[in-house]
Amino acid sequence: MAAPPLTTEAAGSASAPAGQSPWRLVGGRLRRDPAALAGLAIIALFVLMAIAAPLLTALNGHGPNEFHPEKIDKALAGAPKGAFGGIDGDFWLGVEPGTGRDVFSRMVYGARVSLLISVAATGVATVVGTVLGLTAGFAGGRIDTFISRIMDMVLSFPQLIFMIALVSVLPEGNRMLELVFVMGFFGWPYIGRIVRGQTLTLRHREFVDAARATGMLRTRIVFREVLPNLLAPVLVYATLTIPINIGTEAALSFLGIGVRPPDSSWGQMMSKAIDWYQVDPTFFVVPGVCLLLTVLAFTLLGDAFRDALDPRGAGR
Amino acid sequence: MIRYLALRFAGLAGVLLVICAVTFTIFYVFPADPALQACGKSCTPERLAMLHHQMGLDRPLWQQFTDYLVGIFAGRSYGSGPLAVQCHFPCLGFSYQNNMPVWDLMMQRLPTTVSIGVGAALLWLVGGVTVGVVSALRKDSLLDRTMMVGTLTSASLPIYFTAMALTVVVVQIGGLLPYSSYVPIAEDPIGWTKNLILPWVALALLYAAMYARLSRASMVETMAEPYIRTARAKGLPERTVVTKHGLRAGLTPVLTVFGMDLGALLGGAVITESVFGLPGLGQLTIDSINKSDQPVVMGVALLAAFFITFANLVVDLLYAAIDPQVRYA
Repeated sequence: MAAPPLTTEAAGSASAPAGQSPWRLVGGRLRRDPAALAGLAIIALFVLMAIAAPLLTALNGHGPNEFHPEKIDKALAGAPKGAFGGIDGDFWLGVEPGTGRDVFSRMVYGARVSLLISVAATGVATVVGTVLGLTAGFAGGRIDTFISRIMDMVLSFPQLIFMIALVSVLPEGNRMLELVFVMGFFGWPYIGRIVRGQTLTLRHREFVDAARATGMLRTRIVFREVLPNLLAPVLVYATLTIPINIGTEAALSFLGIGVRPPDSSWGQMMSKAIDWYQVDPTFFVVPGVCLLLTVLAFTLLGDAFRDALDPRGAGR
Repeated sequence: MIRYLALRFAGLAGVLLVICAVTFTIFYVFPADPALQACGKSCTPERLAMLHHQMGLDRPLWQQFTDYLVGIFAGRSYGSGPLAVQCHFPCLGFSYQNNMPVWDLMMQRLPTTVSIGVGAALLWLVGGVTVGVVSALRKDSLLDRTMMVGTLTSASLPIYFTAMALTVVVVQIGGLLPYSSYVPIAEDPIGWTKNLILPWVALALLYAAMYARLSRASMVETMAEPYIRTARAKGLPERTVVTKHGLRAGLTPVLTVFGMDLGALLGGAVITESVFGLPGLGQLTIDSINKSDQPVVMGVALLAAFFITFANLVVDLLYAAIDPQVRYA
């Protein structure tokens, strides 16, 4: 069933000229938005880099955990030899102070960890938030009150402190998985609140009443009538959550409770860099610029999604 | 109004109670025996048993929890007989590391965190809102576009990156400021400012960008409202239209976010403090977590949660003062 006109925040079918589906309209708007294209290009670049990590490191010939003591100066406590953190034709972005590991290889492998964790955590938050928000909004009554209270509660936790504390007391296990669930746990209420609000406005719309009148099952109404109309705001919010999670993962790794060595992540590289930034600024600039670019790219894309999905047009 | 206030305070207490219970569960149930950690390397079974008793760990969990709660409001004593240790109001227990009362430890660190948070907040509020409002009034101009690209970039900068870059440029190369450390304001106000400028700027760059975007969006929406047109039509000067009619409605959403951000920051600017090496609540948290000093972590978590929920309450009350549409029965 085609989605009828939505609330003001949702997809843009209201202004759609005849014969164009709302999603195609959005696609067209995105293609004409330079910011969206730039964001998409940067994301594609980093994703490709992460996927092709073994290939790229084969190309330059240094694994991410290969030590190169000849590249560092023992007399200077392990500072890289040469200018700009030891950049040369062999080590494209220099070497890690203290160990002499190749910064380029660690950055490429770090992209895998940073992107994987933040996207997975966003996935967890989005699924949980959508399911619970939908349930709260559609069921109403006590269920709504209960779920809403839980959301308020989770939101009033000092999140970073609790994330640090939780990760630090969790039993030794797959740290990446733990990070995904801890970050997802603190992230779902944000999406949950938006979904609940949207569901409340949709619940009594004519097309839902019509579906109800035809005797459609409640679950079917939720999945076939309500959920498709929530996709737009959820998509926007999920895209804007990814950069936040990239930052959080980096922050946790930076504070020493993120991924464990020898895995590398950008945040972990930053945290190593703090001991060296006065001697070797190149070493903190590399992961810093990676973080800056990915966060910027996802924010640009998220903003572009929001503008494109806004039925009032992209003029805001 | 009184009924509303009472309800809100009850809500605040409820939230804190739940946070207290969750923290208690996380820190007292999951990790290894805290008495064993407090006991040290040369631990005998007798000494361990005594410590268990002293710390109240031999009692049922729910009783430990109620003891903890009662201690916060009325103080309590640990252990019994001649070994009893008195812990005065507000008792959050003693640090496992140095046996200091948790409350005193936190109060030692609070001024640093407040100095960082309030200074940065003023900076980002003024800077962010100015940029946002100017952008909104000159919507789609070159200035607007430049500022919005700038804020987007600045919002994407990780704080530790900004911090390190600022230190390298301003301190190491420029030699304009000292490396950050904390000097109490009462001792040396100029030194206090000099030492805190970099943390303020680093934090403010991040937050101001978000505020600029938020206030721009909100102002653009407000300035398109019919009552703004009415105000213009009745001949008010544009300055009055903007300041009296526009800002008041346009900046209300900013207030909500500001309260929450400042509240969260007062609980410890964890990353900023650790990059600049400032001894605030955030540093205390990290140190305590690394050393499994549960009473301190729990104390900080509670204090931080209190700041967040309290800030929310204050914001909601201020709302009523600013926006006549929101009046509480």
